[in-house]
Amino acid sequence: MSEPRIVDARGSFCPGPLMELIAAMKEIEVGDELEVLSTDAGSASDVPEWLDKVGHEQVANWEEDGVYHIRARKAK
Amino acid sequence: MADKLALIVTSGSREPLQMAAMMASVGSVSGFEVSVFLSMNAMTYFVRGREDEAAPAEGEVGQLMAEKNAPPFMELFQQAAELGGASLYPCSMAVDILEAGPDQLNPMLEKPLGLTKFMSDFEDATVLTF
Repeated sequence: MSEPRIVDARGSFCPGPLMELIAAMKEIEVGDELEVLSTDAGSASDVPEWLDKVGHEQVANWEEDGVYHIRARKAK
Repeated sequence: MADKLALIVTSGSREPLQMAAMMASVGSVSGFEVSVFLSMNAMTYFVRGREDEAAPAEGEVGQLMAEKNAPPFMELFQQAAELGGASLYPCSMAVDILEAGPDQLNPMLEKPLGLTKFMSDFEDATVLTF
């Protein structure tokens, strides 16, 4: 498994991290992973909500030193 | 069939423009069929050469959005169109008032539309005004 592509959205506000994730999601292949870095607490819950709604897989979700990491796998 | 979301945007102030753009972008990438009708002072920013004009803030949050890294509303409308397939319609009346020809309108826009046609096409949509 290759390393996830990092989407560094630190410093951006809602819906910036989500929109950056979606733009990056269009550029990767099914089965590939992305990891969004965000300092926006709202996006930490919004991004998983969007992944669930549209059918992509949330692989992991954690917070470290004020940065939210959301790792997702493109499912379709 | 996707739920329809029709956004009628008339304000030229930063906060309502930002909220409309947020709804358009998030809604369109979340499975809603989003259409945006731009009229009155909101339309000015969609005339070529004016897209970078600063929308005046109504209050504290609007001022802070400009100081911090909130995504610009024009960028969010662009993402709504490109990533979510949202359709942005300029109001034909506002286009006429601004004397903006087709080549003077932001290329992300559809052809100008009258309010009657918009309301007819989206009578089954959830309509939000900004």
